Amino acid sequence: MAQMTMIQAITNALQTELKNDENVLVFGEDVGVNGGVFRATEGLQKEFGEDRVFDTPLAESGIGGLAIGLSLTGFRPVMEIQFFGFVFEVFDSIAAQLARQNFRSGGTKPAPVVIRSPFGGGVHTPELHADNLEGLMAQTPGIKVVIPSNPYDAKGLLISAIRDDNPVVYLEHMKLYRSFRAEVPEEEYTVEIGKAAVVQEGTDLSIITYGAMVQESVKAAEELAKDGHSVEVIDLRTVQPLDIETIIASVEKTGRVVVVQEAQKQAGVGANVVSEISERAVLSLEAPIARVYAADTAYPFTQAENVWLPNKDGIVEAAKRTLEF
Amino acid sequence: MASKKQAPFDAVAVLNEIESKFEVVQVLDLEGNVINDQYMPDLTDEQLVELMERMVWTRVLDQRSISLNRQGRLGFYAPTAGQEASQLASQYALEKADWILPGYRDVPQLIWHGLPLTKAFLWSRGHFAGSQFPEGMNALAPQIIIGAQYVQTAGVALGLKKKGLQNVAITYTGDGGSSQGDFYEGINFAAAFKAPAIFVIQNNNYAISTPREKQTAAKTLAQKAVAAGIPGTVVDGMDALAVYFVTKQARERAIAGDGPSLIETMTYRYGPHTMAGDDPTRYRTSDEDSEWVKKDPLVRFRKFLENKGLWTEEKENEVMERAKEEIKTALKEADATPKQTVSQLAEIMYSGEMPANLKEQYEIYKEKESK
Repeated sequence: MAQMTMIQAITNALQTELKNDENVLVFGEDVGVNGGVFRATEGLQKEFGEDRVFDTPLAESGIGGLAIGLSLTGFRPVMEIQFFGFVFEVFDSIAAQLARQNFRSGGTKPAPVVIRSPFGGGVHTPELHADNLEGLMAQTPGIKVVIPSNPYDAKGLLISAIRDDNPVVYLEHMKLYRSFRAEVPEEEYTVEIGKAAVVQEGTDLSIITYGAMVQESVKAAEELAKDGHSVEVIDLRTVQPLDIETIIASVEKTGRVVVVQEAQKQAGVGANVVSEISERAVLSLEAPIARVYAADTAYPFTQAENVWLPNKDGIVEAAKRTLEF
Repeated sequence: MASKKQAPFDAVAVLNEIESKFEVVQVLDLEGNVINDQYMPDLTDEQLVELMERMVWTRVLDQRSISLNRQGRLGFYAPTAGQEASQLASQYALEKADWILPGYRDVPQLIWHGLPLTKAFLWSRGHFAGSQFPEGMNALAPQIIIGAQYVQTAGVALGLKKKGLQNVAITYTGDGGSSQGDFYEGINFAAAFKAPAIFVIQNNNYAISTPREKQTAAKTLAQKAVAAGIPGTVVDGMDALAVYFVTKQARERAIAGDGPSLIETMTYRYGPHTMAGDDPTRYRTSDEDSEWVKKDPLVRFRKFLENKGLWTEEKENEVMERAKEEIKTALKEADATPKQTVSQLAEIMYSGEMPANLKEQYEIYKEKESK
């Protein structure tokens, strides 16, 4: 075991898979000799060579096309989009091509591609770096969307994503890259895609969340515990497909739910979670499902992040409303 | 203060000089005479005849497909008549293991690369079985998103290079497609990676109703290769021998490790853009049509072969009859293909296990379908 930040755990997962499978290729803008703009691919080109870890021209769509073509010739591409706000340039390659590759070939041409990309607010990035766009991906049949919230999950989920024969969008929250360390096994292990984690158990209220909002939710739960409320926090880890079983089991136990996302209300996957609960466990509910989200504006100008981003206080407030309903 | 007279930099002269370099490569004149012997490809008599047979067969396929579409027995269809030299002679320059990433009009290349005709018909009708290509056939189903096949080709070609294979990836787009971002990114990526790719622009003068002049002020489309730093060639796309020659040359360059090439074939489609209601009389004159009919690739190549004593009317009729028979058989097979079900669509969505959401829906549809 070692203490690792999330970014170190990601590098470790990439290193593990580059070692395990010679078909794994890592490429993107500045991921080679530079080791990535966040050092996620630090040292990998040196260890595995330019044939395995390489830079590309500055064109996201081209990178997507490269990944598709390489996957057709037997490789397992791990492509990087420098910031997920740039996904629009490569939307066709991901949502219209990769997502459908297996389907449009009648099941004959799988697309074992991972799209790694940083996103997320709270670190004062310039425009279109931090936007939460996972909802766009989650709406695309054929794509799995994974968002780890801690170093342990980050490694296990990335190894799973690389080994998955389907395209996986793997989103890395920038604020979580180096904000804390955790125990991460040196050896390889996987965390199953499509399985949520019960971060802490509780009986009065379920908070269902993902990404950087997991930490905020845990902080909120701690504060609520001081008032004697037992709060269960669920980290979705995979936002498409959802782990319905874990969500419903928790809701049936607590009868009260707050769904928390960093994305705007009209974006993210929160509405999908609410809808699934309504379809499957409405009779267990003691109160309407509450939601915590950002306002339906464009992602804020840097200095407005602190007033715009959802946080612990907003979660506590929503939780109290639900508990006192 | 007297201003100093400045000599202008003559950027226009640079442009004119570059554009003047892109001459049209041609082997045959309209009478089927070899006018540029240095570009005469090295093909045996049997190969020359085989290429002609394919062109005749494909012309029949186009005629029949149009009429079958009108009868409602085919679905989406993009006519190919006029483009036989461009499509088939370029494919003829490939090896079996080379990859083809076709556009939506490029079904003929797939057929000659190993796609059973039945599957081509199923693809037209909108059946997933049409896209289940035979094992070992290196190609994708026709690409509907114009330009996407170009960026993907850069990736396939890089994959071939990384595997150390002596093969290439070839892709096709139209004149309109050369305006897309993916067109440029594709050729530029392949160039930067020195990947064995052949990019073909089939310039038939029109993108639906928009004439080629409205796509770009560039004098040729082949010169767009300059932006990627790769060779570009304009070829007479109604001349099978010239198309074969330049494609073969691009292939040899590619497998020698010298990188990609861009080829612009000057061609024409005699029919509409697609069979979905396009009416070429709205944007093309009959004068223009008849000018291009004089350049018909079949007529020219037929004259060439007749001059060599390699082709007869009898032979041509035989190929046409064979084509009609094969089309009839393929249609019957397509008709006999079982209808698609939602559960089958669910089965081909993911490789391996279905995600939980789809699995749940799969069970529901399976239940419905069993009734």
